[in-house]
Parts: sequence; C-alpha cells; structure tokens
Amino acid sequence: MKQVQSAIAHAGVSLADRKGVLGTLMLAPALAYIAALVAVPFFLAIGLSVSDATVGDPAIHHFVGLRNFVRVIHESAFHFGLRNSMIVTFATLILILVLATAESELLARDFRGKRLVQILLILPWAMPVSLAAVGWLWLLDSEFSPVDWLLRTAHLLGPGTLFGPANHLYYYGREWVGIGAIIAINVWRLLPFATIIVLAGRTSIPRDIFEQAEIDGAGFFRTLFHITLPALLPILTVAAMFTALLVFGDMTIAALTTRGGPGYTTQLLPYWAYLKGIEGGALSEGAAIALFLFPVLLVGAILALRFAYRTESA
Amino acid sequence: MATLELRGIKKRFGDFYAVDGVDLMIAEGEFLAILGPSGCGKTTLMRMIAGLEPPSAGEVLIGGVPVTHLPPRARNVSMVFQSYALYPHMSVAENIAFPLKARGMPKSERDTKVKWVVGLMGIEGLVKRKPGRLSGGEKQKVALARSLVRDPSLFIFDEPLSSLDAQVRAMARGELRQLHDRTGVTTVYVTHDQLEALGMGDRVAIMNRGQVRQLGTPQELYDDPADTFVAAFLGSPPMNLIERDNRIIGFRPEYLQPRADGSLAQGALVFKVRIMQLEFLGSEWLIYGVLEDGDGENRLLAKVDQPVASKLRSGESRDFVVERSCLRFFDKTTGLRIAPSAAKLTQ
Repeated sequence: MKQVQSAIAHAGVSLADRKGVLGTLMLAPALAYIAALVAVPFFLAIGLSVSDATVGDPAIHHFVGLRNFVRVIHESAFHFGLRNSMIVTFATLILILVLATAESELLARDFRGKRLVQILLILPWAMPVSLAAVGWLWLLDSEFSPVDWLLRTAHLLGPGTLFGPANHLYYYGREWVGIGAIIAINVWRLLPFATIIVLAGRTSIPRDIFEQAEIDGAGFFRTLFHITLPALLPILTVAAMFTALLVFGDMTIAALTTRGGPGYTTQLLPYWAYLKGIEGGALSEGAAIALFLFPVLLVGAILALRFAYRTESA
Repeated sequence: MATLELRGIKKRFGDFYAVDGVDLMIAEGEFLAILGPSGCGKTTLMRMIAGLEPPSAGEVLIGGVPVTHLPPRARNVSMVFQSYALYPHMSVAENIAFPLKARGMPKSERDTKVKWVVGLMGIEGLVKRKPGRLSGGEKQKVALARSLVRDPSLFIFDEPLSSLDAQVRAMARGELRQLHDRTGVTTVYVTHDQLEALGMGDRVAIMNRGQVRQLGTPQELYDDPADTFVAAFLGSPPMNLIERDNRIIGFRPEYLQPRADGSLAQGALVFKVRIMQLEFLGSEWLIYGVLEDGDGENRLLAKVDQPVASKLRSGESRDFVVERSCLRFFDKTTGLRIAPSAAKLTQ
C-alpha cells in the first residue's frame, strides 16, 4: 500500500502536465507574432489615418479627425481605385468559383494523364512572382504580344476586324483592356489555391451519393446543381472569402502591369494607398485609403464565416 | 417488375478476376440473396447489374432486354446502398422526390407518389427533416422509400441492414421481406450475413472467388451443400467435415448426438469424442470436442439440448452418433459433393 502511494506521488507531475499550462505555452509564439505583425500595424494605421503624419515626420502629433478620409474620397484616383478594386475583385471571384468548380469536377474523376494535368493546374501557384510578372509582361506586350499575334492570325485583330483597326491591343494602355488583363492575371494566380480548397471539399463527398444520383437517373448537370454544388457550398464560401481578400488587398499586379494608367483609369485602392502614402509621402492619407474598406471587408468576412458554419452544422 | 438474366459475366481488375463467369436467371418477383464472404465478388457483381461498372465480358438482361452497355438510368433499377446515400442537404421529402424529378415528372404527380410511398413506409412524421437528424432505422426507411417511389423493374440491396444495431436489424429483416411481398418487385439482395440471406431469400446464390458455388433455396443449401466451401460457410456453427476413407464426410452439429443406450440405428456412424468445452447458447449447448479415433486431430462440434448437455462433462470421452441419412460426402481433392450411392461406408 505504502509502495503504491509513493509510486503515484513520484510519477513526476511536471509543469507541462498541468491543465492549461502547455496549451498556453504552445500558443504564445503565434500570439506574439500576430500581435507584433498584425495588431500593431493595424492600430498604427488607424492612428495614422486620423493624424497629419507624413513620411518625413511619421510621428502621430495631431488628431485631425476624419479630415484625411474626406480629402481622399474627393480625388478622382480614389474613385477609379474604388470602382476598379470592386470590379476586379468581383469578376475574379466569379471566374475563380466557376473555374475552380470545373477543375475540381475534372480532377475528381480518373482519366489518363491526370497526374500531368494536376501538375499543370498547380504550376501557377509554384511560380515566383517576378518570373510570373516577366511572363505576363511579355504575353501582353504592346508590340510583341503572342496573344495579339494569335488574334491577328485568326483575323480577329487588325484593320477591318472585330478588335481592330489597330494591329495591337495595347493591354496596359487602354482602360478596360488593362482591367481585363489585371483580372486575367489574378484568376491565373489564384485559381490553383481555390481549386485545391474546392477539390478537398469535392473529394470529401461520399462516392455513394454520386452513384445514388446516377441510379436515380440524374444527368451531369442535375447532379452538379442539385447534389455537388449544395454539398460544396460551405467550402465554396471559404474559397470565395480567401480569394476576395487576396485579390482585394493585392497591389503587385497593378504595380507590375498598368501602374494604374492611363491616367488613373486602372488604379486599384491598395496600389493607390501605396502611391499616395509611401511614394507621395502623405502617410496619413495613405492609411485612410487603406482603411477605407476595412469595415465592409470585416462584415463580409464575418457573414461568410457564419454562413459556412451554419451550413456545415445543419 | 422484370426478370434478370446474367450470362457469363466476368470482371477483371488487372490480372485478377473479381467476377469469373457468373450465370444467373432470376424470375419475375423473385427475392434472390447473393451471399458470400468479403472479397468474393458479390459487390462487383451487383454493381454490374446496376450499371455502375461495365462487365469485362458477358451480358446483363433485364426483362429479356440486353442492358449491358446502358447507364443505370436507362435500366430502371433502384438501389439501396449500405450507407443509404441520402442527399444530406435535402429534406426527406426532397430526397424521395429526387428520382421522380430526374425523370421530369410534373409536380402534382410527384407529390401524389411521394405521399403514397411515405404512407407505405410509415414515415409521414419525418418528411420535413434532414437526413442528419434521422436514426439509422429511419434513414433505412427513407432510402427504401426513395428507391420504391419510381416503380423500379429491379431492386438491388447492398447490405442495407449492416449499419443497424442487432435489435433493429431483426425487425428490419421482417419488414423488408414483407415489403417485397407487397410490392412484388424482383429483388437482388447482397449480403455477407447468412441469417439475412437464408431468412429472406426465395433462393440464395453463394459466391466465392468470383463464382457462384451453389444456387438454391435456403433449405437446399443447408441440407445439401454442393461442396465443402458451402458446407463450411453456411450454418453457425458450420458443418463438421472429417476425412475418412479418402473422402470427406460432413454432418451438421445438431445431428451429432451422444450415443443413447440401446441398439444403434442401421448405418449410423459412431465417433469417440473427447469433450473439451461446453458452451451455453441459451436454448441449447454447443459441445467442442476432439475425435479420439481416426487419423490426425479432428475437431468436432455438437449442438445438444439442455437435458442431454447436463449429463456431459468437460474432459470426458464419449461415443457420439450421426444417423446415416444425415451424412454428406465430398470428394477429397475437388471438395465437390459425391452422390450418397457412390459413397459406400466401410464400418
């Protein structure tokens, strides 16, 4: 009896065995990281946006209320930026959801050469940004674009044709062609990620369900719209949210392609915030631009997450 | 309602024949159970009947019409999966209406049909629920209703009771069979549970290694197994198989009884058995024994009634007897049944 008691007492209950301690210890680095690199800059941005700070004098001295917000929304660059950010985000989102669903339908089936197709579809994701930019700059070059060449060969571009009369489309030199190019690059860049998310959801639907639908006499489209998509809805919401946030917050594509031009017609909000706040030195106004859509995004994200949880648990 | 005919059905995966030449003829309104151990090819066979898998060779005919290369929806077969495969985001009523919708039936007609089948299955109270909020037994009823609603020519069941608990399962067996008798739909029922196959099937096909080893009524299979596989597979516990005089002799445990006083019936076989263990089964006892005479160590099982068992003790040696008419003979090498006339016993 004595022996048993002492064995239990000496089993060695260390600090890490105590409830709550280990969990806190393991979470601490992640929390510190988020606090330092997300929370601090975020609150700093809020502070900056209601101050008169500049790059030359970044200290927050004076509280100026919403003056920066009022000032930035009166500029035409901001109007274009807001419009284009919404259009680019929305169009990219729609295209990505449709294409990711189509790709996941394809990859959920067995066919010859599936491995190769998988690699090709994932490749854009593995591509370094700089390399991708070079590729796209060449692809949509004003003089040497192979896309133009293909269109000319197909007699769709050039004098007297559908996209004519010029022999080039000048992708980065025209408002809507430029926006179209930005959307195309965004779709190309984010499709692999969305496809992986949707495919994970697609493969988690039991195969029985699809075979049952086959037995019940449902064709491809009935199965897609009545069985697959309703089952994918929660995961599609997640994919949509990630895509929207990644597209909306991105400035690299605009910076590498149109640079917001001609004029401000292809400007995007994040790029404009960067140009204004960092390049232009008006730190407080840049912060105001960057923060402008924060409430909208926050509400959108919360609604999307709640919706996803609800459909999951129903 | 229709007949189902399989002619020389084969299915190959690589070098492996999952189904290796199956011929079956199932009559209109018949309930055929396909029974076999896992991996025997019964599920693959069933998938080929449903049209989910194309056969490598052979033909499938439903109602005399060749359907070998037709998709499931052109065969008018309905199937109940082991998992029930209910559409999770649809209500029970929507689930049941789905096959009708896929067929383009107008809504008013659909509603009448759904109402009829819901009444038939007694699930009126569940129609608005989602599958996630149903019990196993309720799910099974909904899956049945969905497969029944469109007047199929052929019913296919893939172990539909295996995910129910034992108590519900016994009830569901009876209900399923009654449902079949009421609707009269030709039914193929795939299972690895011999209680289900023997209890529900008009006839049972026993499969092993991609082939049908025996086809017959449950009684025929139990009394006259065609080979040692069927003999050892069917019955719980299965038939005793003992090698004697270059043959295999088989007899069911319930026919092996301790020798009573008095004279021996003509041709009865006597075994000297050492009793190893007695097991209480409720209505009877199971005796584990080892054959004492004879070559090698042969294990024997006997099923005896309570009064008989009370006189037996573990560890003692006893004479056990089997009537001549209860003996079955099999070829030693092929395992196939030998006609009793050809199998003369040397005492």
